[in-house]
Amino acid sequence: MGNLVRVALAGEGGQGVQAAAEILAEAAYNEGKQAIYIPNFGLEQRGGVSVAFIQVSDRRIGAPKFHKGDVVVALSHRAVERTHQYSGPDTVYVYDTSFQLSPEDLPPEAARVIGIPAVEKAKELSTRVFNIVVMGVVVGLTEMVSYEATRKALEHKLGYKFEKTPELRELNFRALDTGIEMAREALKGGEVIHA
Amino acid sequence: MEKPITGTMKAFMTGNEIVAWAALAAQADIMFGYPITPQNEIMHYWTRLAPKYKREFLQTEDEISAGFTVCGAVQAGRKAFTATAGPGNVLMQEPFGMAEAMRLPIVAVIQQRGGPSSGTVVYSQQEVTLTTYGGNGEGHRIVYSTSTHQEIFDYVIKAFNTAWKYRFPTFVMGDGYQAKMREPLEIYDPEERGLAIEPARPLVGLPGSIGVDREPAHLCNIYSLEEELYEVVLELDRAYQEIAPQVVEYEEKMCDDAEIIVLSHGVVSRAADDAVKTLREKGINAGYFRHITLRPFPAQQLRDAIKKSGARKILVAESSYGQLMRLVRQEIYGETVEICGLLKPGVGIVDHDIFDKVKELL
Amino acid sequence: MSAVQPAMPKSWYAPSKPHKFCPGCGHGIVLKALGEAIDELNIQNQTVFGCDIGCSLLSWNFFAVDSTQTHHGRTTPVMVGMKRANPELICVGYMGDGGGYSIGSQHLVNSAIRNEKVTLILVNNTNYAMTGGQLAPTTLPGQKTETTPYGRDVEKQGYPTRGPEMIATITPDGAYVARATVSKFRQMKTFIKRALQNQMEGNGFSFVECLSTCPTNWRTNPQQTWDFLEDQMESYFAVGEIKSPFGKGEK
Repeated sequence: MGNLVRVALAGEGGQGVQAAAEILAEAAYNEGKQAIYIPNFGLEQRGGVSVAFIQVSDRRIGAPKFHKGDVVVALSHRAVERTHQYSGPDTVYVYDTSFQLSPEDLPPEAARVIGIPAVEKAKELSTRVFNIVVMGVVVGLTEMVSYEATRKALEHKLGYKFEKTPELRELNFRALDTGIEMAREALKGGEVIHA
Repeated sequence: MEKPITGTMKAFMTGNEIVAWAALAAQADIMFGYPITPQNEIMHYWTRLAPKYKREFLQTEDEISAGFTVCGAVQAGRKAFTATAGPGNVLMQEPFGMAEAMRLPIVAVIQQRGGPSSGTVVYSQQEVTLTTYGGNGEGHRIVYSTSTHQEIFDYVIKAFNTAWKYRFPTFVMGDGYQAKMREPLEIYDPEERGLAIEPARPLVGLPGSIGVDREPAHLCNIYSLEEELYEVVLELDRAYQEIAPQVVEYEEKMCDDAEIIVLSHGVVSRAADDAVKTLREKGINAGYFRHITLRPFPAQQLRDAIKKSGARKILVAESSYGQLMRLVRQEIYGETVEICGLLKPGVGIVDHDIFDKVKELL
Repeated sequence: MSAVQPAMPKSWYAPSKPHKFCPGCGHGIVLKALGEAIDELNIQNQTVFGCDIGCSLLSWNFFAVDSTQTHHGRTTPVMVGMKRANPELICVGYMGDGGGYSIGSQHLVNSAIRNEKVTLILVNNTNYAMTGGQLAPTTLPGQKTETTPYGRDVEKQGYPTRGPEMIATITPDGAYVARATVSKFRQMKTFIKRALQNQMEGNGFSFVECLSTCPTNWRTNPQQTWDFLEDQMESYFAVGEIKSPFGKGEK
């Protein structure tokens, strides 16, 4: 339906999944696409599992939440449990390899399950850009937004920080590239995911 | 005074942020509010924007006070509004009832959350009964239910105009999803689009010397005799019925030959719209009917849609356990069409849910 | 109808007289003081009078000033909203002890803390009179009411609310707080007038509690009524100015 791509990003509070989702949605909007970003929000101001739902399409988007995502990313053990419900037979399910998972921890349904070393890779750069690495992974897997638009949205969102600490700009762009690279690696030259 | 918006601007905002911008564009003077999720950001944006345009805000001690301060402010002739949800909406039924009785042009934005009681802070469509018929009155209120961010902007502006034009308390009902999600829309200055802004008129503090130029205003809200109240309520209803045809709004698609009509309001209509399109693509004659106003209810319009389509069934899809369905039943009493429900209290409904249910029903 | 009317304040609304209060009720005395104060300050045209539910309601068309009604306990937020919306208005809320100290106490307390520029006049007659004489926050220890037929037991119902003392504690400078009694008319009128002036000058929250009589529900004859007011009430509830931006309080 109009190249609709649905992504759920889940992590621990403080891992920056909401910020990453917001940048992605902003990038899509700036490209003239329809975009809906909805944060899950519960009682806690901090802590707990944080889930962001993003949908991008060329056409008007229907319901703001979805039952099954095209890509679901879980960045902590608890986030894996929390996101089982969003993984269906067509879902590419992504988890971070920094924590131990047994087969029964994984969602019962998925088209493909991919483990990525996002935490590890981010450590090589800076743990501060972990969420941007993950954002790169989503961009690489889905091509829901263009590389250029993502860079622009990143600049727009974090520009005020880059002004103060210019090396952060380069760091964030490298994080984005790292994430995209990881996604390509994971897909092993295969097709990117289009719904 | 500089206008908050000039021309048309593209925006990518949350629903709550849009409410604040729309209230500014509608020339609202003052907001009274009390924190409750998921409407808080309406206050957050309003308190940041309002001082730039000489508008006011007061955070009151509770929702009862927020509602009554709005009632006081509109009597003084200022455009005032509030926003709330869930248990806050319950508390505000007291001032909303007074606004109904005294025909005060208050505006309230309701961002529905889960119920009963504290429920969830997230989402639902369970405040339909409360917002349309809450209180100890007869539901002489105007209730809009929005489904897109563009509509939030359009209908918040419209709500102020409707309230001040017709002098019935007016509500814009959204929900936690609409409150928190971001979606593209256009914001604009209504007057530049030729939309007249209804002037505010005071009920007290009127010009002129009392006893010389005019009589004092004695606004009444409690009556000694049953017969007095009876007359008042009948007059309220007469006035309400008179304006209802001008206020009522609905959206109808593909009902001419529909075997089944999917009925919804608010954010669920987005899923209903998609589902009906998919059903049509699969050769199933489904129709779409949406209530934009829940009060007054587009009853005749729905009856007409049923009649012309010859539909055998109606599917009411809502994130509540039958609040819209009860309204539908009472409003189209006598129709022989079978009324079925996809009733999911407190959770979202997607197009697949509706698609599957329709397949099951036919 | 008699052609000769008794003298009444200009700000009274003649068509609503004679008023609807019971014989011996103190409300009429408080409202006379308020009417004379409005006249002397020449604010009839910009005053808005808001009355609560309870016997205070019977004053809804008492004055030839713009007047409004609301629900039990909600006069305070209605007047606060009005004043915030249009600070040119002189907003006067009129309520009983139940409306102010019980069902509307959160509004009273928080408006006082915020130093809202409104004037509230609260009539304390130690019971819920319009509903038939039930226990009020101000009912004296041992006093019989319909819901304390054996007398107020402070172990079960607590002690009476001393409103002005509480308001004086929680308001900042600029607030005016006093307790008057219908047994001292001139003093009561002075307090009410200062409470209006205080709003006109924009100093802060203005609050006057007026001790008043309720022979109907007290079931007292005139002598007993006056004795209860002067001997019982005035000794429990100290009369005088508690807080005033106008200098030393008058006792």
